[in-house]
Amino acid sequence: MMKNEILQDFGSNKLVLTAAIVLVLLMATAVIGPLFVHYDPLAMDLDSLRQPPGGSHLLGTDSKGRDILSRIVHGARVSLAVGITASLFSLTIGTFAGLLAGYFGGKTDMVLSQVFDIFLAFPSLLLAIGISAVMPPGLASAMLAITIVSWAGFARLVRGLTLSLKEQTYVEASRAIGATTGRILYRHILPNALPLLLVAGSLRVGGFILLEAALSFLGLGVQPPTPTWGSMISLNRMYINSAPWMVIFPGLAISITVISFNILGDFLRDKLDPRMQV
Amino acid sequence: MFLYIVKRILLFIPTLLGITLITFLLMQALPGDPVQGMAGERANPETLARIRAELGADRPLPLQYLGYLKLLAQGELGRSYYTNRKVADDLLQKFPNTLKLAVTAILFASVGGIILGTLSAIKRGTIWDKIASIISVGGISIPVFWLGLTLMLIFALYLRWLPPSGMGNGAIAYLILPAMTLGTYSLAYISRITRSSMIDSLSQPYIATARAKGLSELTVIAKHALKNSLIPIVTIIGLDLGSYLNGAVLTETIFGWDGIGRYALDGIMKRDYPVIMGVVLFGAVVFVAMNLLVDITYRYLDPRVRVSGTEQNP
Repeated sequence: MMKNEILQDFGSNKLVLTAAIVLVLLMATAVIGPLFVHYDPLAMDLDSLRQPPGGSHLLGTDSKGRDILSRIVHGARVSLAVGITASLFSLTIGTFAGLLAGYFGGKTDMVLSQVFDIFLAFPSLLLAIGISAVMPPGLASAMLAITIVSWAGFARLVRGLTLSLKEQTYVEASRAIGATTGRILYRHILPNALPLLLVAGSLRVGGFILLEAALSFLGLGVQPPTPTWGSMISLNRMYINSAPWMVIFPGLAISITVISFNILGDFLRDKLDPRMQV
Repeated sequence: MFLYIVKRILLFIPTLLGITLITFLLMQALPGDPVQGMAGERANPETLARIRAELGADRPLPLQYLGYLKLLAQGELGRSYYTNRKVADDLLQKFPNTLKLAVTAILFASVGGIILGTLSAIKRGTIWDKIASIISVGGISIPVFWLGLTLMLIFALYLRWLPPSGMGNGAIAYLILPAMTLGTYSLAYISRITRSSMIDSLSQPYIATARAKGLSELTVIAKHALKNSLIPIVTIIGLDLGSYLNGAVLTETIFGWDGIGRYALDGIMKRDYPVIMGVVLFGAVVFVAMNLLVDITYRYLDPRVRVSGTEQNP
């Protein structure tokens, strides 16, 4: 499909357009949002504990009197940083491993595919828990854990793509005129696999943000007092009855973000590759 | 068929070894002595001696790994640092609770997902289809733990229809909210697959024939279209088990359900490493074993797969 056509569809599909606008706003929030919020996300105000939404604290305050809006705005940084970085890392590692397995085939493929299968054999959250439990908790360990649990999925996808791409006549032609393996992979196979990889990557960002939120909910990701959406929910969940806003708003932030990423990912998939069904 | 099963089981072995290798390496990465990491400081001298004999730091790493496998073969997953109970015993004791929750969630997800997906396929392009697609995007996007808390807030704390948490000695009311929470992700997924599979079936000539015969629309949909769309749906129901194991950690935590998931959280909170690693290993083995089972059943149910020689590992 032509680029213009995609852009046209994009403009006429209100849902997708909304999702894209939400994501742009969200990125802006993560980058410059902290400059615009009045309250320090870490400042405890013992005179205004568990204030309901409205008034000077737009979304209320939490059990330590911290401004929830400000914490959500700062939390966006962690969510997006982990979600996007983990996608890039796992996509890069997965692409490299998948290219090797698919292109060289034979024993290389057998061994690598077995490795992919092993990593895919773990339920993702459980393995992420295991990895982050043995590391000092923090931003880096959350990114690393999510990358380790997800690279194999990309690797398997790239392997499949490479298997079919390497049979194409232009690859054969390139080999016939004596191109090196590196050149074939870099010049012919990678560029042709790239659109699909970007779709696959964009489809997974939402999932990675959920995974990060789950890890910080379990106390394994970025540690307090740094605000993250997941930890805001877990730290305040005992007040769900008396002060539900402390749990509701961070959860809405996660949900809206992930829904937007998923809508956009679905759209790109439908447009760029009708074969890649759900 | 028999050969296929044997082959699949043989392929299961390297995967199993790989899983144990990863948990072994994770234990090596623990701060301190891996023997302490598995046994804890409060373990009795015999256990400690047994684990040290297999995992002792004086032995080279490959031998330690073999020793770890030997311990696993004896059902030794280590001891909890705090209770000093065998992790393997705890897991077996708590597994039935998780299973009960997961099976209920699967039922909820399958029935709900098939209904939702079918509805949106027959009402394609209408507002119903839009609503269904919003539900299905929402279902895979909303964090499980937040969904659980929100459902608890609405149905247990405001409306007071259902108990907020606990297991209530097996009363069914206690199962409803956790099962809905755990099943929603799958419900959304199943509904998407059902929709695309149904749209596909509905465009087939035999549907036109069935309609031309004068069959009622309900018969056409339920008996002809849905029945022929079931294979991909059933596969998804089976293969999505991993999401239940993931979700169980979060769902059980929120609803105070005494299963493997909450056991894992207790382990995480107390940095009780044998418990954490035990759950990770157990979860992976259950997941892989279930996949194997689904795969074999699938082969058995759908003879078409048997003909095509390509080995598609789900």
